[in-house]
Amino acid sequence: MIKVIIIDDEPLARDMIKEYLHAYPFISVAGECGDGFEGIKAIAQFQPDLIFLDVQMPKINGFEMLELLNPAPAVIFTTAFDEYAIKAFDAHAIDYLLKPFSKERFDKAIQKWKAESTQSKNTATTQLEEALPISAEQHTRVVVKTGNNIRIIPFQEIEYLQADDDYVKIHTKEGSFLKKKTISYFEQAMDPAQFVRVHRSFILQVHQVTRIEPYEKDGHIAILKSGEKIPISKTGYPKLKSILGL
Amino acid sequence: MNFPSSNSSRNLTLVSIALALVFIIIQTLILVWFGVSVGNSIIDSAISNVLLAVIAYYLGNILRYYRPTTSSFFYVFIWDLGISGVWFLVIDWILPFLIKDASYAVFLYKSSPVRVFAAFLIIGLAAMINWVVYSYEEQRQNEKRKMEAEKLTRDAELFKLRKQLHPHFLFNSLNSISSLTVSRPEEARRMVQQLADFLRGTLKTEEELQVTLEEELELLQLYLDIEKVRFGHRLDTLIEKDQACSSAKIPQLLLQPIVENAIKFGLYDTTDKVLIKLSAKKENSILSVSVQNPFDPNTSTSKKGTGFGLSSISRRLYLLYGRNDLLDTQTNLNTFITTVKIPQHD
Repeated sequence: MIKVIIIDDEPLARDMIKEYLHAYPFISVAGECGDGFEGIKAIAQFQPDLIFLDVQMPKINGFEMLELLNPAPAVIFTTAFDEYAIKAFDAHAIDYLLKPFSKERFDKAIQKWKAESTQSKNTATTQLEEALPISAEQHTRVVVKTGNNIRIIPFQEIEYLQADDDYVKIHTKEGSFLKKKTISYFEQAMDPAQFVRVHRSFILQVHQVTRIEPYEKDGHIAILKSGEKIPISKTGYPKLKSILGL
Repeated sequence: MNFPSSNSSRNLTLVSIALALVFIIIQTLILVWFGVSVGNSIIDSAISNVLLAVIAYYLGNILRYYRPTTSSFFYVFIWDLGISGVWFLVIDWILPFLIKDASYAVFLYKSSPVRVFAAFLIIGLAAMINWVVYSYEEQRQNEKRKMEAEKLTRDAELFKLRKQLHPHFLFNSLNSISSLTVSRPEEARRMVQQLADFLRGTLKTEEELQVTLEEELELLQLYLDIEKVRFGHRLDTLIEKDQACSSAKIPQLLLQPIVENAIKFGLYDTTDKVLIKLSAKKENSILSVSVQNPFDPNTSTSKKGTGFGLSSISRRLYLLYGRNDLLDTQTNLNTFITTVKIPQHD
């Protein structure tokens, strides 16, 4: 039996997928969720083979939910209108269905999934960590998981970011959090007028800087309001200076 | 290029005829003063000035389509002098046929420099009047055209702002209908009708049209009914209004985007049930409508509170009333309140 989970905040949209799934006796709907938080719980509980995922949902959107899953299951996106490049779906989803979609289109998506799942074990969302920010929300905040809690961190609250192997360490007033992303991802997602990549491994919020001091031979360090000292590279120094208007 | 209207050229013709008559009288009096007989004076003045009037008339017609720039005034001056000379040659040829008098012939010859100079001044004056009138006329038409163009842009912008229907809403509604067709066909049919009525309401084109609050709320109700089908039990709405404001006027389709923004904000910022509250009251001939939605102050990324929905409302109010203080937002613990004020002209 194949297990699927449907995650969509509109009950009628879920009903339609369930109805279309009646034609597939070997597929059972293990769970239905109205938001990403429920989605994460249900996925952990039922380990589905496939999920149907809406993009625009309460609290965290579909992309942000996927980021928190490791490994992520195979995904078919269902969305009403694509403000974010449709191409982005191609990178890490089996298929995407534009609402309202026909039974024929739905069947095609299922077939595509069947074909891909027989070919390789997990085709789904492996490249997700390298994926660029897609949705508008991803340009204003980041979602992290700490234990069983999910935390939405608005970029405004981030003091600085530090690359740490496969992770990025997010430093805020309330502590630091790990996110499995590259520092380049954040450089792309954040407003360059507020966040500057001052070093290969550091991005800092400009408003947090209290002073810049020379360091060793011809290097510099930035001192933040929190007292933290951040190294500035030779290429980072002119970038920071121009944003500060020096 | 746009030429001055025939209206102003008709006025100019009348002015020219009046001026010619005045000049005829003046010249007659002057000639009598110099001892020319009254009859001869009248003939001389009439011939001279009618001829000048004809010249001025054609000159005016030329100036209607071609106006010399200030740098070519020197050539105008030369032309004027030339035309005056030719004019004198013509009258010097015609008048002796009509007035057979030896002393008059001498007088005509003696007065020639004065006559040419007077003609020069009169033609110059005629040219100047024409030039000023036509320039003014053209400028006025340019301004009118500019104003019309500005009005068109403004109307187009207002139209665009007003009918900004979010595709998300439309496609998701269609998806809900598609889902209902099998399970609850009656409801699907009703939703199609509601959606159609709502779309019809958004497609009206007269921007200046103000509707009563009651009419606006009816349209809003259609929208809310559709949203309630989409979101099921999660969405609740409450509308409170003073009896006095039912007949208050409001620009068509102003409230829907505000409510849409509140619903989006409320529904996507929390996972609980959402109550959207709308209240309307009228004070000092200002209708004020507030829309309230819950939000999560900890995670909200829309703290600035001017999503696209609100900035377009603010722009619309500015275009309609020329004021920037009619839209206001405030946060109160975990509710977000958008207030819009509509000045009433009663």
